[in-house]
Amino acid sequence: MSSAPPPFQAFLDEHREAVWRFLVASVGRTDADDCFQETFIAALRAYPQLRSRRREHNLRAWVLTIAHRKALDAHRARARRATPVADPLAVSDPAAPAADGRDEELWEAVDGLPERQRSAVVLRFVGDLAHREIATAIGCSEESARASLHEGLSKLRKVVPA
Amino acid sequence: MNGDFVDRDEDRTVRALRRRANASGSAAAASRVTDEAAAAAARLADRAAAEELLDVAYATIDSPFGPLLAASTRRGLVRLAFPEEHEQDVIERLASRISPRVLRAPARLDPVARQLDEYFAGRRHAFETELDWSLIGPFGQRVLAATAAIPYGSVLSYAQVAGEAGSPRGSRAAGNALGSNPIPIVIPCHRVLRTGGALGGYGGGLPRKRWLLELEGALQPELGS
Repeated sequence: MSSAPPPFQAFLDEHREAVWRFLVASVGRTDADDCFQETFIAALRAYPQLRSRRREHNLRAWVLTIAHRKALDAHRARARRATPVADPLAVSDPAAPAADGRDEELWEAVDGLPERQRSAVVLRFVGDLAHREIATAIGCSEESARASLHEGLSKLRKVVPA
Repeated sequence: MNGDFVDRDEDRTVRALRRRANASGSAAAASRVTDEAAAAAARLADRAAAEELLDVAYATIDSPFGPLLAASTRRGLVRLAFPEEHEQDVIERLASRISPRVLRAPARLDPVARQLDEYFAGRRHAFETELDWSLIGPFGQRVLAATAAIPYGSVLSYAQVAGEAGSPRGSRAAGNALGSNPIPIVIPCHRVLRTGGALGGYGGGLPRKRWLLELEGALQPELGS
């Protein structure tokens, strides 16, 4: 029976927090729950067909790849609605540390990055994915993922100078 | 965050990104993220069920024996496990034998939990719940179907149950089938005794068999016990 994936609940328990963090950073708290449900429903749909060699270290990258696509859908839907893009992390958050004003500016800047650069930055620093995994998630070469990350970071450094 | 993650671009910008991403600024913010993620995960089961993606729902149910693990499929109750069986083992076997689409979904087990409460309080004599027999082999299904027909407070012998199952000489095989009953209590294998009235065996342990038979009035409490 070693070829069957572990119970979905175990998979969900292990990755729910990483996915939640990633989505809050990508789309903000308001849209995070919808994206979260969409992400794990898509994962649940595909789950029985997962091949065993994908398991362990790859499951995290797999589910963050799905979350990344759902976050892009949410961004695009928001753009289509032509509502002003809210700073996803500016939602008043009494539990958060007294926000460093520069942090707020930084996340506004992340939200304003071109799609691929934003994805690379969030997958790297919130999802903690390796360059190779970011490339898989975005659907580009590793070189291109590195380049997007680099360009994104360069723009952000203008907001928070090193 | 992974401590082994080394980035030569580590600088103020990167540190600021990580700081906010991990809500690491305060314990309260970090625990808020943990709680929100848990709450979002708990909401998944309903949506999964609505999309026909929930193959096995489970929950733990309090009982006089300790927490019982109950699991059901779309067909009905498929498993009830005593506390000694580790939850994780039971869930893993369900995942491999039925489907890996397994989620904790207490609301879906509420009717079973309510009926078990009533049964243990002596207020219910029959369970009204669909059963999923898919963990039980063909002979076991005949034996356990005969067992399920034994009324509250009555008992049959292993030989009688074997006879009902169409194998009058198969009382040992019937005993094995009863011993591997995946839905004890609800399929009342505790109502099957040795010819002559000795308790025989019980998957959940003989003290529980005695307790259940006493609850049902099928057995007088032991003097001095």
